[in-house]
Amino acid sequence: MAQQKDVTISVLKFNPRDKESHPKFVEYTLQETPGMTLFIALNKIRQEMDPDLAFDFVCRAGICGSCGMVVNGKPTLACRTLVANYPDRKLQLIPMPAFELIKDLSVNTGKWMDSMSNRVESWIVDNEKEIDITKIEEKMEPKVAEDIFELDRCVECGICVASCGTALMRPNFVGAVGLNRVARFQMDPRDKRTDEDFYDLVGDDDGIFGCMSLLACEDHCPKNLPLQNKIAYMRRKLVSVK
Amino acid sequence: MKIIYCDALIIGGGLAGLRASVATQKKGLNTIVLSLVPVKRSHSAAAQGGMQASLGNSKMSNGDNEDVHFSDTVKGSDWGCDQEVARMFVHTAPKAIRELSAWGVPWTRVQGGSREAVINAKRTTIVEDKERHGLIMSRDFGGTKKWRTCYTSDATGHTMLFSVANEALKHKVDIRDRKEAISLIHEDQRCYGAIVRDLITGELEAYIAKGTCIATGGYGRIYKQTTNAVICEGMGAAIALETGVATLGNMEAVQFHPTPIVPSGILLTEGCRGDGGILRDVDGHRFMPDYEPEKKELASRDVVSRRMIEHIRNGKGVPSAYGDHIWLDISILGREHIEKNLRDVQEICKVFNGIDPADEGPKGWVPVLPMQHYSMGGIRTKKTGESQKLHGLFSCGEAACWDLHGFNRLGGNSVAETVVSGMIIGNYFADYCLENDLDIKTQTIEASLKKESNKIDKLLALNGKEDIFAIKNTMQLLMDQKVGIFRDGENLSQAVDELQELLKKTNNITVKSKSKAGNPELEEAYRVPKMLKLALCVAKGAEQRTESRGAHYREDFLKRDDKNWLKRTLTHWANEEDILPTITYEELDIIKMEMPPAFRGYGAKGMIIENELSAQRQEEVDDIKEKMDDEGKDRHEIQDALMQFDLPMNYREKNERVGE
Repeated sequence: MAQQKDVTISVLKFNPRDKESHPKFVEYTLQETPGMTLFIALNKIRQEMDPDLAFDFVCRAGICGSCGMVVNGKPTLACRTLVANYPDRKLQLIPMPAFELIKDLSVNTGKWMDSMSNRVESWIVDNEKEIDITKIEEKMEPKVAEDIFELDRCVECGICVASCGTALMRPNFVGAVGLNRVARFQMDPRDKRTDEDFYDLVGDDDGIFGCMSLLACEDHCPKNLPLQNKIAYMRRKLVSVK
Repeated sequence: MKIIYCDALIIGGGLAGLRASVATQKKGLNTIVLSLVPVKRSHSAAAQGGMQASLGNSKMSNGDNEDVHFSDTVKGSDWGCDQEVARMFVHTAPKAIRELSAWGVPWTRVQGGSREAVINAKRTTIVEDKERHGLIMSRDFGGTKKWRTCYTSDATGHTMLFSVANEALKHKVDIRDRKEAISLIHEDQRCYGAIVRDLITGELEAYIAKGTCIATGGYGRIYKQTTNAVICEGMGAAIALETGVATLGNMEAVQFHPTPIVPSGILLTEGCRGDGGILRDVDGHRFMPDYEPEKKELASRDVVSRRMIEHIRNGKGVPSAYGDHIWLDISILGREHIEKNLRDVQEICKVFNGIDPADEGPKGWVPVLPMQHYSMGGIRTKKTGESQKLHGLFSCGEAACWDLHGFNRLGGNSVAETVVSGMIIGNYFADYCLENDLDIKTQTIEASLKKESNKIDKLLALNGKEDIFAIKNTMQLLMDQKVGIFRDGENLSQAVDELQELLKKTNNITVKSKSKAGNPELEEAYRVPKMLKLALCVAKGAEQRTESRGAHYREDFLKRDDKNWLKRTLTHWANEEDILPTITYEELDIIKMEMPPAFRGYGAKGMIIENELSAQRQEEVDDIKEKMDDEGKDRHEIQDALMQFDLPMNYREKNERVGE
């Protein structure tokens, strides 16, 4: 087994609801254990050093998208971040920008994502077609289902938003996450929206025309979604509308 | 005092709660869903391998129907389930899949023509009917006669959760996250809502509703080694228990999944074995056929988990820094299959263990060990999902003991239960909210709120030497060691004693930060005593149940005892100051069963203490079947004659199938 090393984790702590609180870095030193992730390390810090430290984890398996934070300058899922991947064992953690800060490393991605989902109408729009669920389902080409699934893999963790230059300048920008949702429904034969309908939803600078193609969304996406490709495709589609 | 009124209050925003919210909202009820976390982060998202529904589309599922699904589920439950509920479930599951398909789930589809698959470690060619091209596909899972598990790669729960959550948004359900229900408001055996803590501001609020439905998932985190998300602490079941009125059912029925990865405990889906993956020991030997010649790696989860531990006890485990483990080998499925159908599994193995399971040979083998996975027990309900004791309180999904799973749940039946029970119970719940008025005094609400606010003040004022994190850790380790896969009277009795001591210790802690908001230690301080009460229900129920049934395995009582133990454990917390639950039992009536108790077809043979009524009922069932067969009656008519069941909406209608 590898020799146990000391890990230094520096966290930007701030409670915006506490008038006395000011943003400051707090440093914690702990001993590395084999396979230590930030999930393990932060819980150890909370249990043994700072019971007041706020952060969000749910599945701790890279599936639920709760634990996005900025680690040494890069937005990433903390639960999948292995301490051993940082040779000097120094990690600086700050909360993801672009989202409302709750406390320390905890940010309100839920509120942001709900608003985005309502904005792009992130559901199948079938004009209230009644489905008879006692009957055999409609067929779908296996390849089409696979292609939809590919984009449906997004967990709405917010890392693409935290990485995005436009999102920092335009607070109402729907982000790669929102544009990916649009692309996903655009290719779904069950969805009856036309390109004109999608144009009405995202055909502006807070939508498809706001993207500056800086590519950080795709670089940091933990699910490796083909974001740039899909955004470019949607832009070509929607620029030809009207 | 902040009071929020609504028609229907749903606590828990996973698949079950969200599907129920669509049911209530569609019936015109003003519905609020409360969730600890943004609902799309719920533990439902972690369901990987798929959802069982007897569509019978693919070659290997040809001939499947409700009857086969029913029989698999009852056997899986080791005859502990409520057979009427199982019928309601299997009959609605195909409708649920088809509804989800309309809502956008990109189910994997049948590809007409021939394809390669690995069955019993051999490459085999399967030819899919060209006419079925494009229908919903299914894969194999443990304990099933047919390939019945519908899927989207190995992210099924995720795609289902997003579709249902967005459908709830579409119907304008009022979803509020970072809200925690910390107690139920009730009076004269009726529930009126909940006292809720805002996890951002720390503020307490009273939510008042005509009906309340708890869908908060399982209680896996009372164990240390668990696949469950960190939020699965059973708080919904705990607040129901703390009413002193509602009962919990079969709390000792806890499932251990065979293949979480070591050491993190993250689940690797049953789909790994369903698709043809195998288990190997220290010598690389595939050992499951030695124990289970028929079902091999695909016996039910309780059986496979025990066989793995048994094999380790026989000295065949693989030693590691974390103790002995077993190898899971999916490399034999080939890289192409893994990268398409087991993507998340591959990602988990790579990220957390540095292993690419698609690498051929021992290099790609993954260390696995059985760990806590699922809570069959929960809030005991009637068939409508309403508590048997507390009116106006409903429960669905893993939080409930509706009792679909008895003493062992089949893989693929839990994510199916979430949406199916959300449909069925959601509609019964909506009807209750439509039929019942609110008749609660403001005084009662104020008193409930005051009580909880006093409790929090008291916790912050405690000045003892105990540490709440340490108490929680001790509980979790103790549950692993003494209330685990293999149980016996001595260890269980020690566990009960030690858990009581821990519960007392929670009154002797100090919460270091005195802040009422954003104080994680305060949250532990009010949750851990609730978790300890649940742990006591599990341990006490297990201690008293002197038989082995499904996942409850007693080394001092090896047989399933249908003579004395064909009954459901009911637990309630009689007085607030008690440190032990009160246990009673509810008999299962063999004479009403469609399928009387028998051998499951896997697991050890000759391990049943028979109830004489089983043979009597079997004879009746056989006679009815034979007679009706001769009269030319179809399977639906025969089933109806054996055991009747009801469903809301149009769910009782027959399911159309290709080739039927």
